[in-house]
Amino acid sequence: MAKVLMKGNEAIGEAAIRAGCKNYFAYPITPQSEVAEYLVKRLPEEGGVFLQGESEVAVGYMIFGAAGAGERVMTTSSSPGISLMSEAISYIAAAQCPAVFVNIVRGGPGLGGILPSQGDYFQATKGGGHGDYHLLVMAPDGVQEAVEMTMQAFTLAEKYRGPVMIMGDGLIGQMMEPVEFPDDLKTEPTNKDDWATSGMDFRKSKKRNLVKSLFLDPTALNDNNLALKAKYEQMKKEEVQFELYNGDTDYQILITSYGTMSRVCRTAIDMLKEEGIEVAMLRPKTLFPFPEKAVFEAACKDSCKAVISIEMSMGQMVEDVERCVKGRRPVEFYGECGGDIPSPEKIIDIIKGLL
Amino acid sequence: MQTEIKFAGFGGQGILLSAKLLAYAAMKQGSFVAWIPSYGPEMRGGTAYCTVVISDRLIGSPIIKNPTHLVAMNLPSLEKFENDVKPGGIIFINSSLIPVTSKRTDVTQLVVPVNDIAIKAGSVRAANIVALSAFAAKSELVDLDLLKACVKEEFAAKAKIIPLNMDAFDRGVEIARADQAQTA
Amino acid sequence: MGKTFTTPKALSKTHTHYCPGCTHGIVHRLVAEAIDDLGIQGKTVGIAPVGCAVLAYNYFDCDFQEAAHGRAPAMATGIKRVRPDLMVFTYQGDGDLASIGMGEIIHAANRGEKFTTIFINNAIYGMTGGQMAPTTMGGQRATTAPAGRDTAATGMPLRMANLLAELVTPGYITRQAVLKPQQVNKAKKAIKQAFQYQMEGKCFSFVEVVSTCPTNWGMTPLDALKWAEDTLLPYYELGDYKVPE
Repeated sequence: MAKVLMKGNEAIGEAAIRAGCKNYFAYPITPQSEVAEYLVKRLPEEGGVFLQGESEVAVGYMIFGAAGAGERVMTTSSSPGISLMSEAISYIAAAQCPAVFVNIVRGGPGLGGILPSQGDYFQATKGGGHGDYHLLVMAPDGVQEAVEMTMQAFTLAEKYRGPVMIMGDGLIGQMMEPVEFPDDLKTEPTNKDDWATSGMDFRKSKKRNLVKSLFLDPTALNDNNLALKAKYEQMKKEEVQFELYNGDTDYQILITSYGTMSRVCRTAIDMLKEEGIEVAMLRPKTLFPFPEKAVFEAACKDSCKAVISIEMSMGQMVEDVERCVKGRRPVEFYGECGGDIPSPEKIIDIIKGLL
Repeated sequence: MQTEIKFAGFGGQGILLSAKLLAYAAMKQGSFVAWIPSYGPEMRGGTAYCTVVISDRLIGSPIIKNPTHLVAMNLPSLEKFENDVKPGGIIFINSSLIPVTSKRTDVTQLVVPVNDIAIKAGSVRAANIVALSAFAAKSELVDLDLLKACVKEEFAAKAKIIPLNMDAFDRGVEIARADQAQTA
Repeated sequence: MGKTFTTPKALSKTHTHYCPGCTHGIVHRLVAEAIDDLGIQGKTVGIAPVGCAVLAYNYFDCDFQEAAHGRAPAMATGIKRVRPDLMVFTYQGDGDLASIGMGEIIHAANRGEKFTTIFINNAIYGMTGGQMAPTTMGGQRATTAPAGRDTAATGMPLRMANLLAELVTPGYITRQAVLKPQQVNKAKKAIKQAFQYQMEGKCFSFVEVVSTCPTNWGMTPLDALKWAEDTLLPYYELGDYKVPE
């Protein structure tokens, strides 16, 4: 289909529908309420379900219930709302149900602000709720990628029977860019007969299914955690996505950056190139699984003197970068997270300071 | 080649829509575009502004400190942003609400009483369309017929006000051309 | 002559972990009998709470999900909204429903969600070991109210059926008890009625069941029944609080 000009938030809503998701539960919060405002009109046209829950806490369990019943389902929220949903996300991970969560990140902690931020990296990639679990986390750098990742998220959530998060930020939610909805990302829901509470009558086996996260027997709990761990190991093998920008040059500095921030870095890299300074950027598209090997290899290129993680946070992804670089190069950090996005000029100054 | 246009005015003047229509036409013309709003408390009652980026390649930073052009629909917008405009750009001034011109001498100024023109066309609410078409005619960023078609499409659901906006569009183009002729 | 007494199909053969004299077993059976009577076992999804009934899914033979503490009504909403053809019920205690889950139950009831809630009111936290519940009576002893509940400091016991009946949204709201055989028979009718309203897609249905907890009350099962009759029933009056038109 032809390109259309859409706000990120609306495009994410449309992407979910195009991916075959007909169920959406949410609670309003800036800067992502346009998703709900869009879907309340679109879902009825598709015979889908839209419900505004009474809180993000409740919405988390509406998602859990719908996912447990075997239906494709999504919610969208922003940072403080995701904190409230984190309880349910932990349960959903433990009970192994596929569900898609979109976090249009705003500044924190606390109420913080409503402008773009990447301050939820830890929350998204290290769990967020209690217990040993991860979400598969994808971070788009624009509206088109937000669409593609949202569409992929449902397939991945079903492949791994677990929660998948799209981590955008306020700017990606609010800005308009041309988008196309790729037909090839539309998939049919997988068969869930062996685990979903879809009603015994509706399944061949006629055996009942349980969706639960309580394992009082230590061996059973350990086994469940091992099953989760096996999934995360498989994700690390099969789902890592990243982009290496300007990586075929003899770059002196390697930037690691993702999402909106990476676009500013990209412009800074182009401007530096005009001055004869080569800088590369490793942009993780999946934050979990993290592109560990790619970061290590890009950092270890002979020409590369240092690595700098540039984020709209006070230094979160940089911890993963340090872990991956394994001390082979100095790892620096620059970040702002009040809501003002650092300009390309600012990034250029920072990079020049490293040379 | 990348061009950035900042649209600024009061909330309610329809500048977000003008900007969107420009971006939409540029997209249809095959350019890469982005429409970047300022969102936040200032949206409510205060100055509203957004930036349209039109480029022949993938758009990098959506953070634009120095736009190529400025469309200022009220005085606070002009005062706030006139010094940010890159030399050689256009500063569009809605003289119905802005009693001054810019002190900048390194830019082209297009001074149009868009509210008055819109009232002549039938409603002050079409002021944003007058501003859009006048600016577009002056800047030559997009094909005017295409842009006009985009305006028409935007109001497809409100057929009643299409003639008003078409008239407003034509008047905007006309005054920009008159200005062009004068300058030449 | 046919059988006069048999295990309902919707109950599993698993022995329950409930204490001697606990009335959960009775209510489980009533729910299972209603499911059998209506022939809905194959399309029923139960939701277990956090509390003594957390393992309820081991005792029923139908699809089950297990919620976090208090969140069963939100979970039921999620299931019922995406699969209106399923029969969905939550089974919750007083700590779960009336304390931590107050927001979820009120809003689910107020939206008129077409599922059924079985609410076990035994005036105490059972699983965690006898702490004060929102339903604990004034003066009633609990591990977190060792001198008896001081209502001046902790408020009066919450009457959930009364409270939900105040909602303008139509619903079936009833309070029953399982302290005597006649009450058990009435409770069974009410539970079946609640599921019937759900089958008809009529309204939210809520059956509060006044129950006992001999262990945490520190009484014999018989004393517990008597205490409930004398102390709980005058405050938690039985009957239909709201019926749909």
